[in-house]
Amino acid sequence: MKRRKLDMAALPGRAAREVDDRLGVNTPLRSLLNKVFPDHWSFLLGEIALFSFIVLLLTGVYLTFFFEPSLTEVTYNGSYAPLRGAHMSAAYASTLDISFDVRGGLIVRQMHHWAALLFMAAIVVHMLRVFLTGAFRKPRELNWMIGYLLFWVGFLAGFTGYSIPDDGLSGTGLRIASAIMLSIPVIGSWITSSIFGGEFPGEIIISRFYIAHVLLIPALLVALISAHLGLVFKQKHTQWPGPGRTNSNVVGERMFPRYAIKQGGFFMIVFGVIALLGGLVQINPIWLFGPYEAAVVSAASQPDWYVMFLDGSTRLMPPWEINIPIGDGYVIPPLFWPTVVLPGILVVLPLAYPFIEARLNKDRRIHNLLQRPRDVPGRTALAAMAVTFWLVLTLSGANDVIADKFFISLNAMTWVGRIGLIILPPLAYYVTYRICLGLQQHDREVLAHGVETGIIRRLPNGKFVEVHQPLGPTDEHGHGTLEYVGWAVPKKMNRLGALGPAIRGFFFPIEKPVEAPVSPGHPPVEPRSERQEVGSGGSR
Amino acid sequence: MSTRTDAHSNQVVDNPREPFDVNDPRLSRFDLVREGARRDDIEIVHYEPQFPPGSRAERRIVRTVASIFLLVGVSATAFVVAYIWWPWRYEHGTGASKYYTPILGLTLGIALLGIGFGILIWGKKLLPKEVSIQARHDEPASEEERRLTGNTLLYMVDELGIRRRPLLGVSLLAGLAPVGAVAAAPLVGGLIQQPHKNNQMFTTGWKPITENGTTRLVRLTHHDGTPVRPEDVSPGGQITVFPGIPGGATNKYADSPVLLIHLRPDDAAAARAANERAGHADYMWGNYIAYSKICTHAGCPASLYEQQTNRLLCPCHQSQFLITDNARPIFGPASRRLPQLPLTVEDGFFAAKSDFTETVGPDFWERP
Repeated sequence: MKRRKLDMAALPGRAAREVDDRLGVNTPLRSLLNKVFPDHWSFLLGEIALFSFIVLLLTGVYLTFFFEPSLTEVTYNGSYAPLRGAHMSAAYASTLDISFDVRGGLIVRQMHHWAALLFMAAIVVHMLRVFLTGAFRKPRELNWMIGYLLFWVGFLAGFTGYSIPDDGLSGTGLRIASAIMLSIPVIGSWITSSIFGGEFPGEIIISRFYIAHVLLIPALLVALISAHLGLVFKQKHTQWPGPGRTNSNVVGERMFPRYAIKQGGFFMIVFGVIALLGGLVQINPIWLFGPYEAAVVSAASQPDWYVMFLDGSTRLMPPWEINIPIGDGYVIPPLFWPTVVLPGILVVLPLAYPFIEARLNKDRRIHNLLQRPRDVPGRTALAAMAVTFWLVLTLSGANDVIADKFFISLNAMTWVGRIGLIILPPLAYYVTYRICLGLQQHDREVLAHGVETGIIRRLPNGKFVEVHQPLGPTDEHGHGTLEYVGWAVPKKMNRLGALGPAIRGFFFPIEKPVEAPVSPGHPPVEPRSERQEVGSGGSR
Repeated sequence: MSTRTDAHSNQVVDNPREPFDVNDPRLSRFDLVREGARRDDIEIVHYEPQFPPGSRAERRIVRTVASIFLLVGVSATAFVVAYIWWPWRYEHGTGASKYYTPILGLTLGIALLGIGFGILIWGKKLLPKEVSIQARHDEPASEEERRLTGNTLLYMVDELGIRRRPLLGVSLLAGLAPVGAVAAAPLVGGLIQQPHKNNQMFTTGWKPITENGTTRLVRLTHHDGTPVRPEDVSPGGQITVFPGIPGGATNKYADSPVLLIHLRPDDAAAARAANERAGHADYMWGNYIAYSKICTHAGCPASLYEQQTNRLLCPCHQSQFLITDNARPIFGPASRRLPQLPLTVEDGFFAAKSDFTETVGPDFWERP
């Protein structure tokens, strides 16, 4: 029997055929490879959150090899001399061990913490982008809700993770958390004793938080993130308006090769930045805080940044206690409002926002094109209002530090926060609204009168006029006839290609500066041919 | 999906639509790629390399990317070398080990950033720029399709016949509801704890101990368990004290830490007057007064003592308590006084006359 010669070059093809015979993945694979993604820097903010989450999973799994989630009291005998001989929980001791006695443990711990901070920050910025551009509108309301829930689940992940080392700072945070649970009317004490397994701190809270932090919450996060990405994939990404871009198409790059390569590169950059932060910038140095003791606290105790707004709201709350004189009397403590009611409102209201806005605008259409924030001044101003509200609360969460560093009375800082919380958000609303209108008007102005050329011409009668370059055909009065289409209007001559482009290069120009092809009085409008934007819909 | 619409044909200038023969040997690989994309309703309308192949600019980019990748190798090797040979054990004071984590971070960061920038430049510069257009196909399904699907779903309900056989539905519900309760029972039942077991929310470590019929007062002790004498606190000073019971200074008695303050004579007179007004004239001992350290707001230790103004400040939320007026909250979010511990002295050592007479710590619904 003659042995068939093995043709190496044909091998991949044959293997692929065998796979396709069995799985039938040919066409789906091709359409996946070819799927088109629109490109804009602001579409990458969500990716930062996703990539930080991957780093969180990697570093988190590593940490579980060494962490001991237990409140059993031990005597520390590790490398960190100042705490040797101190009594502490096994959780705190093992976190010290990760920091000092596991080779390279500290950098992984710090990377984990930095990645968590970045995760939350990226979620917030991404959410602002989605909000400001109207990307949450029909058909994407569900994905807005999932994304918003991701923030709060991430919040829980962060808080449980922050609490489990059982250091002085996080123990105080846990104590406050127990007080918040206690403040809930009727069932507060039952909830607290059930979660803590008795009176604070009990002996089981760290192991409960641990399993929530390493299993329950991450599982929920993975599920929500998968649904979030799945919906983006199914509904296709939104895009900015622009040449050739319509509500029913996607203009961009195919997933492979360029888009995927850029995503991969971006992941490594996020990973690299986290590694640099984890190695070079100290975060949560628990050995300086000491083990948690109920009687010990220091000034300038701030939680992680995404919790600070709740700390601030708690600080600003006036001491309004509600007493209900029935029987022995019942109490609703002031702590209930800023830490249970406020977050409750903050959880529910934004979830409903897409529907509220659609209802107010009687808008039932499908929107795949984004809006520039200036074009929807009401919504943009609302966002500015929300951000201001949050900022006042967050700064108030550090008002003792501000008071200390700037020599301001602490009580004055509290009052500034209380008054600012009421006055500043409406002010931000008004200012933002006016700015949006101004920007809109400027766009219209450029469309009507053209771009300022900087050329002053003297007329025969001695009058000086500035020459404007119209952006398109003009009517008999010299006014442009172009309509605003919801995308950036070029406002400088070099945006039109009429002036040389900005010279690139750090120390020396990597391309020869182009002579500015402007002759006085007759600025050409023809773009330089090799810079012409080719295609995207020109032939449509 | 795979049918081509006529709309596409006018987008393509160089390739008039004609039956596409995949096996045509004249076709380039890109032609096949484009045809594949078309069959997925994607039109590649613009695809051009950014540099002429082999041009100086292209070679420069290639050199840049290659050197970045080599830097990655160097940096990653440096990471491993530092990981193994750099002194890493913590030493107190200064020393080379202080740089262990920064060096790891720097080398790892450079390596990862290098990979990132390397492939980014590769992708952004060396791959052709492209503009592709894909139809969204997000129009809702036609009424006809919806009708078909809807009726398929309704048919399932019909087949089960719950409408015709209501007993099935009712009995299923009646059967499943307890199963739901079964799922919830161990979770709720296991976790739930009676909050007022042993009256724990209203008692602390200061409760006098009753043993064999005799009642013993609890002494005030330092953190290390040694009892506190009046001479331990100078006028204007304050110390934190714990109940003198086993484990009294541990978190097991997280509600028990107390601030013992030795007031100056004038302040002591004011505090005494305030105590008399409040009906606990005998809580102070001499010029000494003791308050629970646990803030009535959120449970942090209200431990910052401002000697000049006689205020206690809680550093968590800045509640302030006036110690010469029975720890009345005078600023911040706290609404309730810090409970006062009745003091006495036995055999030259401080002791608590009784437990706190008010509830210690953060407020809750059923606090009387």
